[in-house]
Amino acid sequence: MKRNNLILYGALLVFGLMAPFLFPAFKLQISFMWILVILALTWDVQGGQMGYNTFGNILFFGIGMYICASTQIGLFFPLEEWTASGGEKTFLHTPSQYFLGLSAGLVLAGIVPVIVAALIGYGILGLRGHYFAICTLGLGIAAGELAGGIEIIGAGQGMTAPPWPKGIGDTEFRSEFFYFLTFITMLATFTFLRWAYQKRFGLVLNAIRDNEDKAEAMGIHTMRYKILGWMVSAFFLGIAGGLVGNMVGYIEPTEIAFTGATYGVFMILMAILGGKGTLWGPVIGAMVFHIFKEGFWTFFLGWQYVALGVLIVVIVIFFPEGIMGWLREKFPERFGEVIDEADRKAQVVLK
Amino acid sequence: MDLLIFQVPILMVQASLDGALLGILFALIAYGMALQWGVMNIINIAQGEMVILGGYIAYTMYVMGIHPAYGVIVSPIIMYFIGWLLYKLVINRVVDRDLFISILATFGISILTQQLMNFIFGADVVVAQSNFGTTLLFDGMVTLPNAKIFSALISIIFATGLVLYMKKSKLGRAIRATSQNARAAKILGVDTERVYATTFGINAALCGVAGALISITFTLHPYVGLPYTVRSFMIVIIAGLGNLPGVALSGMGLGVFEEFSDYILGTEFRVGSVFTLLVLILVYRRFRLSRKREYLE
Repeated sequence: MKRNNLILYGALLVFGLMAPFLFPAFKLQISFMWILVILALTWDVQGGQMGYNTFGNILFFGIGMYICASTQIGLFFPLEEWTASGGEKTFLHTPSQYFLGLSAGLVLAGIVPVIVAALIGYGILGLRGHYFAICTLGLGIAAGELAGGIEIIGAGQGMTAPPWPKGIGDTEFRSEFFYFLTFITMLATFTFLRWAYQKRFGLVLNAIRDNEDKAEAMGIHTMRYKILGWMVSAFFLGIAGGLVGNMVGYIEPTEIAFTGATYGVFMILMAILGGKGTLWGPVIGAMVFHIFKEGFWTFFLGWQYVALGVLIVVIVIFFPEGIMGWLREKFPERFGEVIDEADRKAQVVLK
Repeated sequence: MDLLIFQVPILMVQASLDGALLGILFALIAYGMALQWGVMNIINIAQGEMVILGGYIAYTMYVMGIHPAYGVIVSPIIMYFIGWLLYKLVINRVVDRDLFISILATFGISILTQQLMNFIFGADVVVAQSNFGTTLLFDGMVTLPNAKIFSALISIIFATGLVLYMKKSKLGRAIRATSQNARAAKILGVDTERVYATTFGINAALCGVAGALISITFTLHPYVGLPYTVRSFMIVIIAGLGNLPGVALSGMGLGVFEEFSDYILGTEFRVGSVFTLLVLILVYRRFRLSRKREYLE
């Protein structure tokens, strides 16, 4: 590893650890920034590295959220009565129950989406191009609509996640606790993907993106790797979903869990903004996007989604290579990849 | 099963007729999508929002005291120019690019249009009253609103008109030539830029007609556009590009499916069942094709 890279990693780590104490007022915002980083990183596994532009990764986010909250409640209390009564008033978790439930919930929130991804992956990852994009778009929205019809998890009304137990710390301590949980999850996602991209896994994903038929002809079981990639995304997305459910405290099928129009688009937008297909791109994109969003959203009071729509169109049309792409073009000796000129020309001719 | 629809079989006739009339309307929207997909190779996620916008134009006329049925004439004219403008502003920059770029760009337009409609027309569910009355069949067991029959007739008229236009007129021939091979058409002197703009405008105008019809037969709401996009996408992929009888048939099939799922699963699952059907159809086709070592692309 290069020396200045080490300094960069160290600085980020220190910032991450110190942030809740440096900016105590923005703890929750920075936690959400790490969540967005996770979303962008996991989207990039499909959209950037594998070339499968999915609109439906929000599915795993929502499943994780519902599974986590249901486990936390269902372990100790009857889930049906909880959702019917709006929760909090009738049942209270003791601290030990709460943390036991949370850890079990988060583990299940990781595992169940992985199983779902493995089950549906064979069918859906066989589609390509825009059929895949539309199919996954339908998948995410169908999940939201179906969740809105299931009584036991509160149907369209939504359900509440367990409140912070009384007796250990105040709300400040609660937000610090969740801050570090999200930060650790983000670090785990980043390090895992960084490790995985350097292995055969990353090479195969890039081969699938560049030419799937050729990759298959070379004897790679592309389907296995595509499903594996989706399972990786699903795992981290599910945990992120479980955390968001607890941080927000309230779960609603189409506005919070399966949010095609906000988180579902944000993850794509952030990855493109930062530069898809790179490791650092989604991280940078998510941070820039979140800071822009939190900083300027208030100026667009009531017009946020109009601004979002314009932003999508502008980024996609004028800035499709993203920040990393721009850096690569500007400073090729620092960020660029070595491309053989003859090779590049040959590719254009082939196309 | 003790569902109402199995106890009272006449409801099946009701559902089928409702669904078929509804399906013709879907087929009109799908025809616009097929046209633009075939010519420009773009999937327009904002298709449904254009439909709803067309509906709001008819609704505005209704509020101003004009009978909403005239919206069938006014709203396509306005929508044609909106579509043309949209093409000049955004779409012409994404036509030749990666498909994903066009999907995402039109998705952005879709969010934008939803919000603007929300600001301008409010977030309430609205409907334009046509006062066309209803037709009773089978001794009053089956009721059909005349507005639905009217909308189906108008859809058929516009669809046939467009087919004739594409076959006979000079611009129609240019559009067909561009869809077959854009580069060759360009060499032979077709102004492809103009063809693209017109195609997008025609698609928007069709959406305008459909929207005006929806405003008198169903309800309008700023956020119900996406299901229309998905429905037309489904109809097109079932029927295939350029297969008009197929588009009409699969449109009606989808309409009937929806009405039956309404009765059997309940209204709250209506939109969910449409999206689930989309996923199932795509996965089914993928398995069919993979036997021949092909794939959907």
